[in-house]
Amino acid sequence: MATQTVIGTQNKVGQTIADPWKMMHEADRTPCFFTGSEVIKEAIRRANCDVMIAYPITPQSEAAALIGELFAEGYIGDYFRGESEFAVMSECAGAAFGGARVFTTTAGPGTMRAMENFPMWAGARLPIQMIVTCRGINSPLSIQPDTLEISYLLNTGMLVWHAETAQDFFDWILKGYMVSEEPDVHLPLALCCDGFFVTHTKDVVNLTPADMCLPPYDPYRSPVPCMDMECPPVRMMRDPFVMKSNYISYATHASWQQEVWAAVERSRKHTIRWLDGMVEVDNPDADILIVASGTAVSQGREAKAVLEEDGIDLGIVKVKSLRPWPEEEIREATKHAKHIIVPEFNVTGWLAKEIRATIPNPDRVYAGPHVCGGMTMPPEIIAADIKKLLGIKAESLAGRGS
Amino acid sequence: MPTTYQVLRGPEHFLPPAAAMMGIRLPDPGQAHIHGSIVNEEEAMEVAARRFLSAKVPTIFPGPLVLWAWNEKAAGKAKAVRHLYETVKECVTPSQQAMLIPMPDYRPKYPKINPEIEINPNHPNLTIWHNRIDTCMFVGVHCHQANLSLKIIRGGTYCYTIAMCAQAGHEDAMLSFRDATAEKIMRLADWVKKLKGSVEPPKD
Repeated sequence: MATQTVIGTQNKVGQTIADPWKMMHEADRTPCFFTGSEVIKEAIRRANCDVMIAYPITPQSEAAALIGELFAEGYIGDYFRGESEFAVMSECAGAAFGGARVFTTTAGPGTMRAMENFPMWAGARLPIQMIVTCRGINSPLSIQPDTLEISYLLNTGMLVWHAETAQDFFDWILKGYMVSEEPDVHLPLALCCDGFFVTHTKDVVNLTPADMCLPPYDPYRSPVPCMDMECPPVRMMRDPFVMKSNYISYATHASWQQEVWAAVERSRKHTIRWLDGMVEVDNPDADILIVASGTAVSQGREAKAVLEEDGIDLGIVKVKSLRPWPEEEIREATKHAKHIIVPEFNVTGWLAKEIRATIPNPDRVYAGPHVCGGMTMPPEIIAADIKKLLGIKAESLAGRGS
Repeated sequence: MPTTYQVLRGPEHFLPPAAAMMGIRLPDPGQAHIHGSIVNEEEAMEVAARRFLSAKVPTIFPGPLVLWAWNEKAAGKAKAVRHLYETVKECVTPSQQAMLIPMPDYRPKYPKINPEIEINPNHPNLTIWHNRIDTCMFVGVHCHQANLSLKIIRGGTYCYTIAMCAQAGHEDAMLSFRDATAEKIMRLADWVKKLKGSVEPPKD
């Protein structure tokens, strides 16, 4: 079905199928006061989704349950629950192999449990969208926000975006399908946010009209055939190359892997177009730059305001897409910076490592402050670390409240 | 990102890189690429036609998307592919051997494929080597499988690769069209006819 031929027609619930660019950029927007989870539901209402599969124990977001309501209202073709996160992600693969537009959500240990599926999705070129409302993954158990799981997703071959706000979430869910379903891309998207901070807080979000929706997914534009037990990748899963010990089978598998990463690379131009750039830069001429993703960007903005009161000028780089990685954009944005501060909600500082590997003079990168396990990141601690870096005495917040 | 990498005929490497990872970008509608540089489509038509006419074994590899009449467009493209093959066959000298070798499906067939009569995306080099193919065109092959093949061919053979892609094109081919239609394939046949006799055939 050619996309152009369905635009202007109605889907089964009476929504008008819109030109996606016009829907996202020109249609009237209505401000609504919603939680991040409710925003996920509203985006999916407009996404013309065929299948949503849920493992609803994940407490990081109510989205899975809310989308169940959408199913009851007729907006989702099919909706069911898997027996575990692994089962959910495998079922998502089955639905996508069959040519459906698929949506799911996960978080924390659920992401880790299902991990085997993600490189499989990418290798099979399945444009599934998965919302990752990040939370702690290690023992002792934590259901609080922590972005460590994102680092595990970075080398799966999936596209990985990191939303800062509920507005990002709404827009990027819809735009995400447009990027990941391009035939030269056709890869799954992990759309991540910092759980609780984004999912459970209310914010004003400007929504597109509820009676407009994306065009349906067109499986005939897929770079691989729909599911066929005799053809790779399904045949490969049953009869994998690894079972064949010869140069040809290894070379084929290698070429297959390269093609997945080539597709990630090809998504760059679509990502730039739909997200209006892979980074957003504020005040790039400042000597001190905060480079961050997710809600660390919001905290960075607050820290900028705190430091401006002391006459310290600061720039901010918001990294929207982690895969594809905005290498050139980050090099360009940081070329004048003397100090690059990378605040993160995780213990390892994976974003700082990525930035260090990208820019010249990586000693400019200060990996921190880091908080994790559900801790908040008060802007004052970012400001204090920056002051310390500049040799300015800063008040410690460690004893606050004592 | 500017790149110095060019997509050239091989054998390139034990494992050649995906051209996209080397900074090669796909053409926009109305464009094509030659060796990774963006050109207008008409220029690519002429170069592709010259490649067919100067090859010892100019070969077309039609894939499942045109081999099976799953819709009218596919049937139309199949006729156009046949016409292109007949045109190339007509326009080359007796010392050249035009071929039409199908890629009917993507099932791995190692080690028993008959490389004389079919090509497979998992080991396309066997068909290229066996038939001494020095110029080929992929048409109607799903993009993922076409890219697999194009990389393997570039890695281990001397074959010049052309892609007539119905979607966004292929960086891993040495020359790639995009948005292929029956009309576009017929236009390429017209170019072959137009250049007949003006291109020096290969020396033995």
